[in-house]
Amino acid sequence: MAMAALRREGRRFLLSSASSTPITARSAISNDRESCLFGARSISTQIVRNRMKSVRNIQKITKAMKMVAASKLRGVQTKTENSRGLWQPFVALLGDGFSVDVKKNVVITVSSDKGLCGGINSTSVKVSKALTRVYSGPEKETKYVVLGEKGKAQLVRDSKNRIELTISELQKNPLNYTQVAVLADDILKNVEFDALRIVFNKFHSVVSFPPTVSTILSPEIVEKESEAGGRLGDLDLYEIEGGETKSEVLQNLSEFQFSCVLFNAVLENGCSELGARMSAMDSSSKNAGEMLDRLTLTYNRTRQASITTELIEIISGASALEG
Amino acid sequence: MRATAADGARLRVTAGSRPASQAFSTEVTEAPAVDSSFLEAWKKAAPNIDPPKTPLAFMKPRPPTPSSIPSKLTLNFVLPYQSEISNKEVDMAIIPATTGQMGVLPGHVATIAELKPGVLSVHEGNEVTKYFVSSGFAFIHANSYADIVAVEAVSLDRIDPSLVQKGLADFTQKLNSAVTDLEKAEAQVGVEVHSALNAALTG
Repeated sequence: MAMAALRREGRRFLLSSASSTPITARSAISNDRESCLFGARSISTQIVRNRMKSVRNIQKITKAMKMVAASKLRGVQTKTENSRGLWQPFVALLGDGFSVDVKKNVVITVSSDKGLCGGINSTSVKVSKALTRVYSGPEKETKYVVLGEKGKAQLVRDSKNRIELTISELQKNPLNYTQVAVLADDILKNVEFDALRIVFNKFHSVVSFPPTVSTILSPEIVEKESEAGGRLGDLDLYEIEGGETKSEVLQNLSEFQFSCVLFNAVLENGCSELGARMSAMDSSSKNAGEMLDRLTLTYNRTRQASITTELIEIISGASALEG
Repeated sequence: MRATAADGARLRVTAGSRPASQAFSTEVTEAPAVDSSFLEAWKKAAPNIDPPKTPLAFMKPRPPTPSSIPSKLTLNFVLPYQSEISNKEVDMAIIPATTGQMGVLPGHVATIAELKPGVLSVHEGNEVTKYFVSSGFAFIHANSYADIVAVEAVSLDRIDPSLVQKGLADFTQKLNSAVTDLEKAEAQVGVEVHSALNAALTG
């Protein structure tokens, strides 16, 4: 372009189209990078203008991303709230299972595939790692099953040999129960466990997603615990209808519980991811706006300084001519 | 963490009630006593991170077993996509357990029942609501709370009889021509579901 050619030749020319300000053409002369080469005192307004343009684009993009996340959130939130009743009967029956000590723990970390969603994946991974430490001990082992790319990226760094299974692209199609049931089946087939701990971010509101752990005990452990007394002690009082043996029913129960709880966990995490992305993009566009304000001030100051310099030159030149 | 001597006393009090309930002060101490050991272990392992929440924190506690039989059954019927009935007081529910249709009245003994495809009917006063459920589980607690968790449920008027007949014929044929165990199992499931649908529509 013309300006680039002139800059290359190091010439100062009247460039009325260079700046958008409606001042006399002469003031536009020094407004490019060569003024820096000549030791000018001000930042070139061209650079500032470029920065402003890019920051403005970023602001638009982040605002658009926030809108997209907000609209998606509405849909997923209704689904999540409807699915919240699903795990309550199981917890009412079997209790929390949190403090049950078992030999083989499998920590299932639910995370997102896409980034730009704030700190939720890091909190999930931190909690999973802490859980591993809590449940560690002699003869005990903890393994990971990771859902989602972001969690996998973080866990692979230091626990690569403990990851049994990773699943990604879960959120590509809108979630339904069948898909999660198949997934649960896969996990149950491939992983040996005494207790499954699902770590996910529960969706409280658009600004709050506390990490939560749901536990599912394997049927053998349930039987053992119910005989030992404690929280599951009441289980013995229940009559078992259907199936040939109690252990068969407990097996079905544990598998069903797993698929239901996993369904709810994945939905809640999806909701939290969208909410976190909304607030992250919101603060990003706000920051971009503030940056834009500061840059505008700098730009105006630079522009006015160069005008003043021009005027001084002209006037001193004129007064020198007069004598 | 396991029942210590101190916990033994409390456990006797709570023996007949739901572990999750915190209605009486005598039972409040039980739940934190079990969790506090976990909290301590957590604090040792990860002092800087807040301990994660657990599902119990998000659930309303259930009332303990009352001494006399209550007059109504409190029913919860949940599906993955919505809670069809939540905490509704009904007179009776007939659920399709694998051992046959089971009638549940208030004061029913605590039961865990596996469900087969069939009709669930809820009786409230004079009105009866019927749903066709695919399989699931039903928990009946000692405090006359019944939880039914099913994978799919439709009300009977949304079922098309001609499609049911066609499906039944299809699956019976598949069952006869099935070779592998997996195909046989799938065809068997199809036949069961469709015959149950048929029975639901006619009976």
